[in-house]
Amino acid sequence: MTLRTQWQAFRKRAVQTARLCCGVPDYEVYVQHLREHHPERKIPSYAEFFRERQEARYKGGGGRCC
Amino acid sequence: MHSATVKPSPAAKILWVAIAIVGAWCLGVVALRRGEPINAIWLVAAAIAVFVIGYRFYGKFIEHQVLRLDPSRAPPSVLRNDGLDYVPTDKWVVFGHHFAAIAGAGPLVGPVLAAQMGYLPGTMWILFGVVFAGAVQDFMILGLSLRRDGRSLGHMLREELGPLPGIVAMVGVLVLMMIVLAVLALVVVKALTHSPWGTFTVAATIPIALLMGVYLRWFRPGRILEVSIIGLALLLLSIWAGRFVADSASLAPIFDMDAKALAWWLIGYGFCASVLPVWLLLAPRDYLSTFLKIGTIALLALAIFLAAPMLQMPAVTKFIDGTGPVFAGNLFPFLFITIACGAVSGWHSIIASGTTPKLLANEGQARMVGYGGMLMEAFVAIMAMVAAVSLHPGVYFAMNAPGAIIGTTVEHAAQVISQWGFVVTPDELVRTAKDVGEQSILSRAGGAPTLAVGMAQLLHNILPGEGMMAFWYHYAILFEALFILTTVDAGTRVGRFMIQEIAGLIHKPLQATESWAGNLLATAICVALWGYFLYQGAVDPLGGINTLWPLFGIANQMLAAIALMLATVVVVKLKRERYVWVPGIPAIWLIVCTLAAGYEKLTGPISFTAAADKYAAALANGQLLAPAKTTAAMQQIITNNRVDMLMTGIFMALVVVMVLFCLNALVKAWKTNHPTAHEEPYVALGDVAAH
Repeated sequence: MTLRTQWQAFRKRAVQTARLCCGVPDYEVYVQHLREHHPERKIPSYAEFFRERQEARYKGGGGRCC
Repeated sequence: MHSATVKPSPAAKILWVAIAIVGAWCLGVVALRRGEPINAIWLVAAAIAVFVIGYRFYGKFIEHQVLRLDPSRAPPSVLRNDGLDYVPTDKWVVFGHHFAAIAGAGPLVGPVLAAQMGYLPGTMWILFGVVFAGAVQDFMILGLSLRRDGRSLGHMLREELGPLPGIVAMVGVLVLMMIVLAVLALVVVKALTHSPWGTFTVAATIPIALLMGVYLRWFRPGRILEVSIIGLALLLLSIWAGRFVADSASLAPIFDMDAKALAWWLIGYGFCASVLPVWLLLAPRDYLSTFLKIGTIALLALAIFLAAPMLQMPAVTKFIDGTGPVFAGNLFPFLFITIACGAVSGWHSIIASGTTPKLLANEGQARMVGYGGMLMEAFVAIMAMVAAVSLHPGVYFAMNAPGAIIGTTVEHAAQVISQWGFVVTPDELVRTAKDVGEQSILSRAGGAPTLAVGMAQLLHNILPGEGMMAFWYHYAILFEALFILTTVDAGTRVGRFMIQEIAGLIHKPLQATESWAGNLLATAICVALWGYFLYQGAVDPLGGINTLWPLFGIANQMLAAIALMLATVVVVKLKRERYVWVPGIPAIWLIVCTLAAGYEKLTGPISFTAAADKYAAALANGQLLAPAKTTAAMQQIITNNRVDMLMTGIFMALVVVMVLFCLNALVKAWKTNHPTAHEEPYVALGDVAAH
């Protein structure tokens, strides 16, 4: 790995951690999951995804999928 | 069974022997050197050595022998992957998330209060408590939840012990939560009383959060980092502006409030924040406080390493005999309930069975997140201890002793504290207050202000500048207030949902969380519950923290005892009886501590009963005792102490009931000759990945 790709990987992790600390999981992972397992469902935009997660964080339970 | 233990290389063996020798040497200096102050670095180095050895050896022992975690087994994140809650996640990301979730105000407050006994007792309890109890609890509960689809503590208790113990424990959690919210809110009240600068900056977080909420909702949806940077800049601006507010003749009185007024504001605020839509106020403050929390902990660590302060407090003070002004009670059991978070915290068992087990990509990473995360938290507690004991002891006691003991003038306070053997002049107390930009530092118990002065002095050492100490002091106050208030808001919402669930059993429509009537009613009940204790603390003769912190400690350690008892029962149910002592001994220790502390709070000289009787006797004779100025206020103090007696009684009863349920389950499992734990069946990681 070059220094540049290492830095990018580190940055990605850092952003992912920061978002997860606020209760927002990785959007790309979710989109990929939907594509692979639920192709019939509409893929939400990042804004929609973010709002749904924001609501879910303070509900106690949170959204369920499978 | 997949537990490939690699034989350590000779180099690794030499390294671990070296760490052990250095650790033992540092620990020896911390424990044995008397009469001359030692440097904080000794304490920090001893802590790091104890933690790495505990992690490498005891943590690994639990992983392989007790929990028998298996890297080849598919964890819940893989089995139930839904892309949202159950997601296999990088271990460092999970570690960061888990640490951010467990690190709160607790590890910062407890050690500061315990510093009245000197740095040695508290430090030893943090070091050995975390290795043998706290980290064991977090790690084992995480391990159990990993094998049970990421189920919650309550769910696992119902499954392994039966429905009734599950309900008993959940009632305990609800009551504990109300005490936690009250005592944390009280820390904020104590820090902001008659501090226009502090009150202004904390009040400014409300419009800042509203702005962030709107920005995040309409302008740039989901750009958390971006909006948090804007929020942070505005916060720093508000700290800077606070100085001018405090100096202004017209603005200062608006933000200059006494404890009662602040308590009412917080109660009102808590109500609004948990009724309003989350995106408007709660969520943006949450983001801001999360980042500020991590950043400030890192800053504190940096400051301690760079400033390397001398520890001015003696290793052991005379207050180990129970006569201390900060909290009453002997070293045993009160030290062990005063430092809860940082050594062992029951609250973590809820987190360790919450989101974290749903994110771990492999069982082999559980030790790092569960055991390692708690060691990090203990390190935060050690840093808080360093910040408190590197202060001048006279200043420390002036800040933490209640007004009823040291009086309300610097002259009187200096005289009383000097008599205790911590020589301090009134000038030193005045100068410290002036340095941090406050009118007075007397009787600001609760940990936050002491930590803030300690932090301000450390940061001022490495970044000197005219008037910067006052800036750092208010920065530290703001950071603590911000994340405490976020806990209060989020806790009120969770409490509201719990109450609505219970109310729904009686009258179904109340359960609908979307209904405004149900929402308002349940929120009002929840706020009234913690608000009662907060207000009680604000009018308390001994300043509130002295009274409420032990109640919080008892409750938190009660939950830890319950979690460790669950782990003990499961170990026996798995037929691994020879390791029953791993969770069993810390469980017994916590049961003994909570019951002993509870007993002393019910009978004897430092009990709530004695306080109630004293005021009742005075009232019967027609006397008024400070701080009460009317008979109604006297009556109020008597009622408050009786309520605290009742709470102590409830917690003790809960512990005893849970002990009986667990003993019953233990005996049954011991007699059965096959495993009876409710683990999910084994699925190989390879099988899931392939399909």
